[in-house]
Amino acid sequence: MTTIKLSFRNIKKSFKDYAIYFFTLILGVAIFYVFNSIESQTVLLDVTESTYEVIGMMTTMLSAASVFVAFILGFLIIYASRFLIKRRNKEFGIYMLLGMSKRKISMILFFETILIGIISLAVGLGLGILLSQLMSMLVANMFEADMTKYQFIFSQDACIKTLIYFGIMYVIVMLFNAINVGKCKLIDLIQTSKKSETIKLKNLLLCTVVFILSVVALGYAYYMVTGGINETVKTPEDILKPIVIGAISTFFIFWSLSGLILKIVMGMKNLYVKGLNAFTFRQVSSKINTTVFSMTIISLMLFVTICVLSSSLSLKNSMTANLDELAPADIQLTISVKDDDWLNQGYNEKQIANSKLGVRKNLEALNFNIDNYFNESVEYNIYRTEDLVFDDTLGDSKKEVEESYLTSMIPYSVEEMIMTVSDYNNVAKIYNNEEYSLNDNEYMIVADYDSMVQIRNIALKNNEEITVFGHTLKPKYNECKDGFVDMSSNHINSGIIVIPDNVVDENYKAYNSIIGNYKTESVDEQRKIEEIIKGLINNPLSEQYNLPTINTRLDISEASIGLGALVTFLGLYLGIVFLIASVAILALKELTESTDNKERYKMLRKLGADEKMINKSLFRQIAIFFMFPLLVAIIHSIFGIKFCSYIISTFGNEQLLNSIIMTAVFIVVIYGGYFLITYLCSKNIIKEK
Amino acid sequence: MSTILKIDKVEKYYGSKSSLTKALDNLSFEVDKGEFVAIMGASGSGKTTLLNCISTIDKVTSGHIFVGGEDITKLKGNNLNKFRREKLGFIFQDFNLLDTLTAYENISLALSIQNKSAKEIEKRVNDLATKLGIKDVLQKYPYQMSGGQKQRVASARAIITDPQIVLADEPTGALDSKSSRMLLESFDYLNEKLNTTILMVTHDSFCASYASRVIFIKDGKVFNEIIKGNSSRKDFFDKIIDVVTLLGGEENDNY
Repeated sequence: MTTIKLSFRNIKKSFKDYAIYFFTLILGVAIFYVFNSIESQTVLLDVTESTYEVIGMMTTMLSAASVFVAFILGFLIIYASRFLIKRRNKEFGIYMLLGMSKRKISMILFFETILIGIISLAVGLGLGILLSQLMSMLVANMFEADMTKYQFIFSQDACIKTLIYFGIMYVIVMLFNAINVGKCKLIDLIQTSKKSETIKLKNLLLCTVVFILSVVALGYAYYMVTGGINETVKTPEDILKPIVIGAISTFFIFWSLSGLILKIVMGMKNLYVKGLNAFTFRQVSSKINTTVFSMTIISLMLFVTICVLSSSLSLKNSMTANLDELAPADIQLTISVKDDDWLNQGYNEKQIANSKLGVRKNLEALNFNIDNYFNESVEYNIYRTEDLVFDDTLGDSKKEVEESYLTSMIPYSVEEMIMTVSDYNNVAKIYNNEEYSLNDNEYMIVADYDSMVQIRNIALKNNEEITVFGHTLKPKYNECKDGFVDMSSNHINSGIIVIPDNVVDENYKAYNSIIGNYKTESVDEQRKIEEIIKGLINNPLSEQYNLPTINTRLDISEASIGLGALVTFLGLYLGIVFLIASVAILALKELTESTDNKERYKMLRKLGADEKMINKSLFRQIAIFFMFPLLVAIIHSIFGIKFCSYIISTFGNEQLLNSIIMTAVFIVVIYGGYFLITYLCSKNIIKEK
Repeated sequence: MSTILKIDKVEKYYGSKSSLTKALDNLSFEVDKGEFVAIMGASGSGKTTLLNCISTIDKVTSGHIFVGGEDITKLKGNNLNKFRREKLGFIFQDFNLLDTLTAYENISLALSIQNKSAKEIEKRVNDLATKLGIKDVLQKYPYQMSGGQKQRVASARAIITDPQIVLADEPTGALDSKSSRMLLESFDYLNEKLNTTILMVTHDSFCASYASRVIFIKDGKVFNEIIKGNSSRKDFFDKIIDVVTLLGGEENDNY
């Protein structure tokens, strides 16, 4: 019998027992291919150049993520194969006792890995290619592009990349196997099965104390990232604290609960002695007892999965939803008013002089008349002075601010944007925002970036006065008013000081802008106008004049669609891989347990337990084993998601519920799928032949 | 007759300095070619440790073990593998057959590791299987066989390579009395007709009565030794029982 034949036999045998391992490998390969082939799926889409740029960026990000994913899958594969090899100790012992050299045993494993590799890559790539056809629909939908025609897509690049990455992983697995075989001692191989399970009884009092302490610590960690975030998290490094506390207390909760639950259930005499309950709970508690560390890791990975999936999905949803509200006009053109300092930055004296003419004049000089293209437009100015920086608006409230916010994140020395109330109202009118009026000695602040609004509101509530252009003004409102001037895809207006018209000093004009709506409704023609404005740079006169920066609704929408797609794909990619990695470990553990416990079920049958009872007990064991880490992860996630949405509050959280539902669907499908397969396989294993 | 196995002042310690267990304590004896030796002793007497040391599963702390004149305590690497595959046959209490392979393949594996030709393998396996009465089960997988059949397949695997010595660790431990008797008859056959040297560890006096010599071990030392000689198996069995009774009370629980 040749080595290869032995390997082949072993694979054939383990195919049945470790279907989950193969399934996971195949899934891993397929997912890897699908996400790396996204680029080639976008080739057929009818999208603009700027979308292509975003797609390019997305491809780069997904490639980078693939390296990370390869690490996760690599660890999973090594872990799983070590796990499976450990269970074959006796087999290797027999080989050695029959006089087989360690080198030859390594060869058997080597061929096995090659066989597994070839099978999983072939099937996985096949599945990946099929799935990527579905994926291209999702891609088209994401980029809001029409699928001009259906075409079968095969990405050679992604295929080669998958082969290389997984090839490397399998080679590493081979090395690990060889090292493992080299290290093992015959006596350990032969005697492993003889070691009987030692039941470590945990001290009930100690368990209770540890459990209470962990829950308190965890509660504090939760408090740190939600209610108490402003007091506890002052520097970015502080964010590590609740994470570390959370991880450690999760470990101890699993540790103490494994002891406690059994005791509690044992206390409930009626429940404990009913049917096979005693057996079921003993099994579960010993399982959790021996896998506290893995349970912790799995639970934390699930927690990350839930947060990543739901946050990324809600980010994408809210981005698109915000567009109508945050980019209400077609185009915004801005020229910065320059002084002599700009000479150093590559502007010539003519440009500096002409910059004071404003957007309209500069464009006219370049032969572009706004009125030919826009049916309505407003012009406004932004003023800035070094006499009014952010610090100055805080006044005496600065201390209070420093006490409660991340001080390193506050832009103390940034010059404030200042606008006259009539300019602001003009802009507000074209945007359909609320208009305001101010008395001569009053100012107000318009902002919509939550974190800054909160800080500014402290000063406004304290009625802090500001001095601007020689006038002292007091706040009209005791809070920021919602609004913005620059169109964007998100709530990022950190504050504009609106002052009475007669207070302003024209010498401090910093920007001149025009906001307008096109005459045409057609997207294609709007794009043409934007091309014309962008093309003005080719006009020889542009060396004397100033080209305005262009901010258009079309660009914003494309960027936000692109960014949304990027975040979604990245989130899906990482989330699914994390989910699969954690649930696969659970499933493998459960399956090997079932093999070990075959004798126990045989015994139960001899005692007269019928199949229905046994299957029920098995189902409950697996269900508890799967649900336990998930439940802890879900509790973590409730607070984790809150923290995430606080961090990314710019994006709004209107869409959180939808994305949580989406996440739940993913988890139910993948987690539930693995659960079912595990149950069916286990049932098969313990079935009497 | 020539000496095939020589145990020379073998010691085996377990544990750390603070709690040292002497599993084998200056143990010496010899086994001649063609002998069928049973080693008896209570649990913890060191009999399995002894077997593990002879089979190179475990290493001795001091002393030497010679098999066919070769000091196996000095063997390493490929020489160790060579010793195992050419000079040693091992039979376990729980059979240790590979469940991915058929009976035929399990037996032939021992030969194919020695790179024998397929033709020779087929002939030798079939010959031996006929002699041991397992020809019918050759194409079956371990899970399709009875315990007795499995143990005879395992025995066939152990002797197919014509080893200098066959080591058996409680070979009847997992068998019912009928299967036990059949297996022991097989051992008898191997020993008488094929001149196989067998060293068997057992705590079963009936099992030991099939041997030509019984060595009793207590606390890692040879306690007693009795030879069957020309006496009948029944007489030999009674003699064994006497020594077992002498050895200590707990052993009597089995009978």
